[in-house]
Order: sequence, then structure tokens, then C-alpha cells
Amino acid sequence: MHPVLRLEQVVKTYGTHRAVDEVSFGVPPATLFGLLGPNGAGKTSLIRIITAITRADSGHVYLNGDRLAGRHPQSIGYMPEERGLYKRMKVFEHLMYLARLKGLSKSFAEEQINHWMDKFDIQDWCTKKVEELSKGMQQKIQFIATVMHKPKLLILDEPFSGLDPINTNLIKDEIHQLKEEGTSIIFSTHRMEQVEAICEHIVLINQGRNILEGRLNDIKDTFKDNLYEVIFKGSLPPGLRDQFRVTEQTDHRVVVQLQDEKHSGNLLQFLVNNQVQVRSFQEILPTLNDIFIKQVEASNTTLPEEMKV
Amino acid sequence: MQTLLLIIRREYLSRVTRRSFILGTLLTPLAFAALIAIVGVIFQYENDQTKRIAILDEGDVLKGAIKDENNLYFSFEEGPLDTLRKNLPDTDYDALLYLPAIKDLMSNRLRVYYYSDDQPTPDVELMLRDRISDAVRDYKIDALEIERRQLEALDTRIELEPEPLTDKGADATRFTSAIAAALGLGMGFIMYMTVFIYGVMVMRSVMEEKTSRIVEVMISSVKPFQLMLGKIVGVGAVGLTQVAVWAILIPLLAGLAQLIFGIDPSNNPMLDSQAGDFNPDDTQAMISMAMAEVASVNWWMVLPLFILYFLGGFFIYSSLFAAVGSAIGDDTGEGQALTIPITIPVILALYIMIAVIQAPNSSLATWSSIFPLFSPIVMPARLAFGPPTWEIIVSLLVMIGFSLFLIWFAGRIYRVGILMYGKRASFKEIAKWLFVRE
Repeated sequence: MHPVLRLEQVVKTYGTHRAVDEVSFGVPPATLFGLLGPNGAGKTSLIRIITAITRADSGHVYLNGDRLAGRHPQSIGYMPEERGLYKRMKVFEHLMYLARLKGLSKSFAEEQINHWMDKFDIQDWCTKKVEELSKGMQQKIQFIATVMHKPKLLILDEPFSGLDPINTNLIKDEIHQLKEEGTSIIFSTHRMEQVEAICEHIVLINQGRNILEGRLNDIKDTFKDNLYEVIFKGSLPPGLRDQFRVTEQTDHRVVVQLQDEKHSGNLLQFLVNNQVQVRSFQEILPTLNDIFIKQVEASNTTLPEEMKV
Repeated sequence: MQTLLLIIRREYLSRVTRRSFILGTLLTPLAFAALIAIVGVIFQYENDQTKRIAILDEGDVLKGAIKDENNLYFSFEEGPLDTLRKNLPDTDYDALLYLPAIKDLMSNRLRVYYYSDDQPTPDVELMLRDRISDAVRDYKIDALEIERRQLEALDTRIELEPEPLTDKGADATRFTSAIAAALGLGMGFIMYMTVFIYGVMVMRSVMEEKTSRIVEVMISSVKPFQLMLGKIVGVGAVGLTQVAVWAILIPLLAGLAQLIFGIDPSNNPMLDSQAGDFNPDDTQAMISMAMAEVASVNWWMVLPLFILYFLGGFFIYSSLFAAVGSAIGDDTGEGQALTIPITIPVILALYIMIAVIQAPNSSLATWSSIFPLFSPIVMPARLAFGPPTWEIIVSLLVMIGFSLFLIWFAGRIYRVGILMYGKRASFKEIAKWLFVRE
């Protein structure tokens, strides 16, 4: 299966500033894909190229295998970070207007709007004006506007900003369901814990460049320090520090760094042989936040040639 | 095209169905009618204060020439002035009018005395002077034994009647230029008002979309140019609707108000002073001639041209306003500086229009009705004067071409401006946007 979206050497320059600098990556079908980067890294510029709001100076963008040519609002659902609605319009009218602009027929749009309004149990908002709704309610309407035309690719820019935990979960559930139905979802965010919980695949952008890309698990594997955490009862054998490198130790917890993961058995065996009551034994993987900060700092200080991972 | 129509429809309907629009559109003509009615009532309001005036007429000039009217009652008294003055407070007279005998028939000045505790009000003074002047005139004519018809013949009223050189030329009556000037001024003003009102409406709407961040959502489905054009056309249609409703309702309600509350022209002091030289029959004739003149204007040509200039002027200025609106961004206060370059030509055009009405065939008139920033306001003002056809054609072509250029130009700025947040852009930055690739 070819990727839903593929970028090849995409460049975008504003004046003298290279907002997007030879970025390449692919988004597999039915994937939750994290587009990460600090503020001002070029995420929004990249999204605007994908949605054909702006055109890349050079490089190619392929959507479902075809070269991107002009707008294609029907195949992409884009929820921008800066999002709003016409305050004086009624909810149903508003959704209908946005649906028609995306090229939906009146009857199909109506069907979809009703479907989603039922799903979120907000049918009685239809005749309310947008300005009468709370911010969280408006976010739901915006989400419906983004997905009601059943796009193959969904781009959500900071989708949970301003949402309370209940609505965040509601939207998360919908996102997972859409993924099950075959939609690829690009998350653009700088909130690492969200990406860690949701995404399977990430690309990390800094200063317009793609500095890290791949499956989340693979990346964590690559960046792990082979740290193992042992929680135990009683006391540790005195020989532990002779054979292994201990990085942290408290009363009933010790963190040990191994040469590589193959040696984890050795550690466990040593503990068992020395009659240590092991209550838990676990590999410590780096958090995405750690990787992110490390990579961003590294790419900010090193020369461009060394930036690629 | 489908998208554009959807946008136009929303922009139009969302405004036309707004309560403030409906009220504004309907109440403005009502306010006009009410104004006319109130003015009518005010002018009908006459002196309701009763005054009794004693007249000491030494030369028997006023006998029969002054009669009771408008709550003013006159009676002639005899006797020495001093006694009358002294006794006046004890009588029920409010004032004593003393007209000394006319000694020098050849003098054109005569001093008449009004003794009273209070000043004569302007209407009383006007009326007294008028009646006394007429009476003295009659008295002098008799005393000097002048032939009345000879005297009247001396007063020659000049009427300048414009005539064409050839039989084919357009015949004009002496009212043509006055009526054309009035019509032109009216049209020019309507253009000025509408260009401003609806241009600013476009600008505010662009700014609103930007501050409410809906524009990001819209831009993922439609092209910025479509959004801008849809907005301009939609608001333009709103403007045409409002002007059309006013064009029908204002004359209708004003006419109705006049019928009900009736302004009698002879009661209107403004009309009075103008029509003072004419007798009532003359006034009647003048009005009917003026009406004929209004009817003789080639409305089938003037009205469509007026609409064309309305659209041209609207497109030119509203696309500029749209561009500025997209560049202003969030802070409305500071951004006003960007609108100054737009308001200056509009205001200049208004002054030029007023000057051009005095001299509709001057070179200023010709050039300003070709220059596209002025022509939408200046040319409609000239239409009733019948400007040369070539000038209309050239002015229209330049205006249409320029408005197309400006829409393109504004679109270049708009597409960048609407996606820029934060501080407002400087002119230098805006100039750069023109050449930014999409």
C-alpha cells in the first residue's frame, strides 16, 4: 500500500527565511501520525502546503499517489489551530455552508450533519447561533465540520487546545474510530504526552527540517539508554555495583544501565542468584519529551549536515 | 463558480436578514417622511399671539392699505403723539405705530416708529414693513401723478433662454442647468455615501473573519480570491438592495407625508424669498416647468449609467478596503492609519464633484470623470448635464478596467494578509505581498 500522503524534498521560503527546508516523509494509510516540532518550527507552513493553501517553492507532494494539483478539500479535512466560526450563523446553517463549500450535495451534507449531531447528542443546538455556544461546544462543531465529508486524510492542528478532559476523550474516541475506518490522521502539536498516548508514527520538525522520523516504538528503541528499573524487598547484594553500573538508588528502587538490552537477563539472573526479592523489573524507555528536547537541542547546535538522523 | 455563488449567497443573506439591516432600510425612509411632516408642521406654526396695534397715521397713507390679519388687530387713532404714547398703558393696545406725514416725496427713506414695551417679533416686523412699503408706494404714485403701467414697465425681468445653434441640438429651457445641478449633486452625494458605507462594510467584515479565525477554516476549502470576491459582490448586492428600497420608499413616503401634512409653498419662507419676485401664477408655472425638465432627463440612459458607476465605484473602493482589512488584523485602533490613503481620494472626489457641478464642461470635469478614483462620484453628478458621449465611454472603459485591476491587486494582498496574525503590516510589507508566490 502506498502512503496516503508523501512529501519529497519540499521547500518553502518566505523572504530570506526558509520555513520548510527539504522535508520528506510519508504518512501510511490508517495511521495516527504525529507532526511534532517546537513553536515556529514550520509545522503550519508544512500543513498549508499539504492543504494547498500555499504552494511549495520546490519539491513534490503526493496525495494517494497523485501529484498535488490545486485544492482538494474533499480528500482532506483540516482543522487549523487558529479556528473560528461565523458567530451570527446558526449551527446547522453553518455546517451546511461549510459542507457545500467542500462540494457536498445538500442531501448528503444534511445526512452527515444529522449523523454527527446525533452522535454527539447535540441535535438541539441546530437552531442556536454560534455565539450562544461555549468554546468547547464550538470546538465540537469545528470537529464535525472537519470530518463530515469523510476525508481520507485528516489534519488536526493542536486539536485539544481549549478542550476539557471529557471533550478531549470524546474527540480522541472519534479519532480512533476514524482510524479504524481507514482514515489517516496527522496530529500537529508540541504537546508530547498527547502524541505519546495516541500516535504510532511521528515526524519531528525543527527549523524547517525533518530531524527525526519513524514508528514511535522504533524511535524509542533507538534512543533508549538501556536503563532497567528494579523494585525489590530487603537489601541489595554488595556485589551489584562491581558488576553493573547503577545510576540511581533509593530504599527499594534501583536503576541500572546495561551495555545493551541483551544483557538484561544477566542482571535478572544476578539478582535471583543473590536472593533479592524482585517485585518489579522493567526497562525504562525514554519519553518522547526527552527525545524531543534532546534532538531539538542537538539540531540547534550542530551543523546542518549532521542534523539528519 | 458554484463556490463563488455559495459565498455570495451567504454574504448577502446574512446581512439582509439581519435585524439592524431591515430596521435601517425601512426606518430611514420613515425618518425622512417624519422629518418632512415635522418641517411641515413647524412652518404651519404661525403667530398665535394676539396683538392690538394702534396706528397714528399723520399723512393718511395707510387708510385701507392695512387690515387685520394673523391675530394682529389694527385701529386708527387721532390726536397728538405724546398723549397717545402716555395713555397707551391704560388702553388695551399692545403697541403704537406712528407714521409721520411724508414731507419729501422724492426721498426713498421713511422712518416709522413702533412704541411698545416689547420688540416687534420678526414676523410682525416683516409684515408691517411689507404693508407700509406697499401703501407708501401707492401713495407716492398718486401724489407724483405717475402712470402706474409705465412704472411697472421699468421693472424688467431678464430670462436667459438657452437655444441650440442648429435645429438638431438639444433644446434646453432656462431651468435645465439648475435642475441638472440639483440632480447631479444628489447623485454625487448618494455615490459618495454608498461607496463609503459599503466599502467600510467590506473592510469590517474581512477584519471580523480574520479576528474570529474563521478565515483559516474557509481557506482550506476555498481560494482566498473567491472568498474576497464573494464578499465584495455579496455586500455590493446588499448596497444595491438598500439603495433600491430607499429610491422607492423615500419619494413615496415623502410624497405621502407632504399630502397629509401638506407644506404650502407660500408658507415656506425659503421658497418665499426665492419666489418673491413672481406672482403666484408664475410660481405655479415655474414648478410645472421644472417638473417637465426633470421628466425630460433621459432617465433610460442616466439610471443604468448610475448603476454602472455605482458598481464601478463600489468595486474600486471596496477591493481597496478589503485589502486594507486583510492587512489590519487584530488591532482595529491602530489599523485606521491604513484607511487614510483610501479616504483621501473619496473626499477629494466629493469636492471635485461639487466644483464640477458649477462648471460641468470644464477641463477639471473632463479629467476627473476619466480618472477612475474620482469618476464614480464625479461622472454621475455630470450625467444630467448631458456630457459628450465619448467622455462617458472613455470614463466607463477606464473605470471598468481599473476596477478589474484593483480586484486582482487586492486579491494579491488579501491572500497573504488574511493568514498573517499579530501586528499590522506596514506599507512596505504589503508591497512585498504583491509579489509573493502562492
